[in-house]
Amino acid sequence: MKFKALTAAVALFAAPMAFAGGADDDNLVINGDLEITTKAAAPQHLDGVLDEVISGWHFRSDETQALEMDDFDNPGMIFVDQAVDQWNTAEGSEGKSCADCHGAPEDMAGVKAVYPKWNEAAGEVRTLQMQMNDCRTNRMGADAWKYDAGDAINMVALMSSVSRGMPVNVATDGPAAELWQKGKDLYYTRTGQLELSCANCHEDNYGNYIRADHLSQGQINGFPAYRLKNAKLNGVHSRFKGCVRDTRAETYSPGSEEFIALELYVASRGNGLSVEGPSVRN
Amino acid sequence: MASGVKPRVKVPKKAAAGDVITIKSLISHKMESGQRKDGSGNLIPRSIINRFTCDFNGQNVIDVTLEPAISTNPYFEFEAQVPEAGEFKFTWYDDDGDVYEETKSIAV
Repeated sequence: MKFKALTAAVALFAAPMAFAGGADDDNLVINGDLEITTKAAAPQHLDGVLDEVISGWHFRSDETQALEMDDFDNPGMIFVDQAVDQWNTAEGSEGKSCADCHGAPEDMAGVKAVYPKWNEAAGEVRTLQMQMNDCRTNRMGADAWKYDAGDAINMVALMSSVSRGMPVNVATDGPAAELWQKGKDLYYTRTGQLELSCANCHEDNYGNYIRADHLSQGQINGFPAYRLKNAKLNGVHSRFKGCVRDTRAETYSPGSEEFIALELYVASRGNGLSVEGPSVRN
Repeated sequence: MASGVKPRVKVPKKAAAGDVITIKSLISHKMESGQRKDGSGNLIPRSIINRFTCDFNGQNVIDVTLEPAISTNPYFEFEAQVPEAGEFKFTWYDDDGDVYEETKSIAV
């Protein structure tokens, strides 16, 4: 009898825990005045799939959430500062810096919100990093940055930081539609020995536990994300790679066409959420 | 000088006399412990911030010794009582002899 009573008590305490992984109701305000939309009605193409899109911020603990609410506490802002220095540094055979053509970083507000984006002249969908490297190789005469590495990801963080609060608005129609469809197919394709698709975790099971952690919707409005686990900024493609690897599959490479397609599609799933990067996550 | 070192401090601009304020400080620094090896097996020499101090109008507020186990970009948050208007002076001492300074004044 005693044993039964004990297990009943344990079950009682354990029961609320099972539901503790969902999105909370906190509000994200950065520096006390910048309000971030972290929950929004799902974009039309998600009809019947999701009612609401939710930023990954809601799935983190209060302590981690707090780090993002003040730029001084946000370790990602250190890298933004480094990118500001880079922004003003002339490089390459043309002796130009980003600032020479684009002015202040703040003048680029809104750019991050619409990428990945179709580039008419190149006839391809480009991520922000591809566009930066186009600038570097063609206009500055400098070496291209390695995908998702140091300088490149810092610069994405800077572009993101000046667009914070603006709604993500990635175009899914027109010439981008073909690649968007490819990204959507990838999202629902099971990979690896575990045979998991993105949707199995981030659509069917967000808010539930995956081992000791909470599953988010896998939104990328907060990228680049400063992750406490590796104490650096992480790019979207690197995160995709980590996820695909966790399904025990051979991964695509950051910068590959597959990940560009997936970034386009996943970004569009967050249309309506605010640009939030650099965010702070586990 | 170690590369990419940048001190930053956050101090309220104003306080009432006798108020206890919160001060946050962070310096970007790689804090190389001296125990890691590079790709070819050679020891990477130690390079850390070994001391951090804060003074208010010449009076010491905090004096910290840092050890190699402290991770990248050391962050300190502490409280101080402000008896009068004045200036906080923050100093970081690097292993290589460099000293980084930052000052913030506060009105009462």
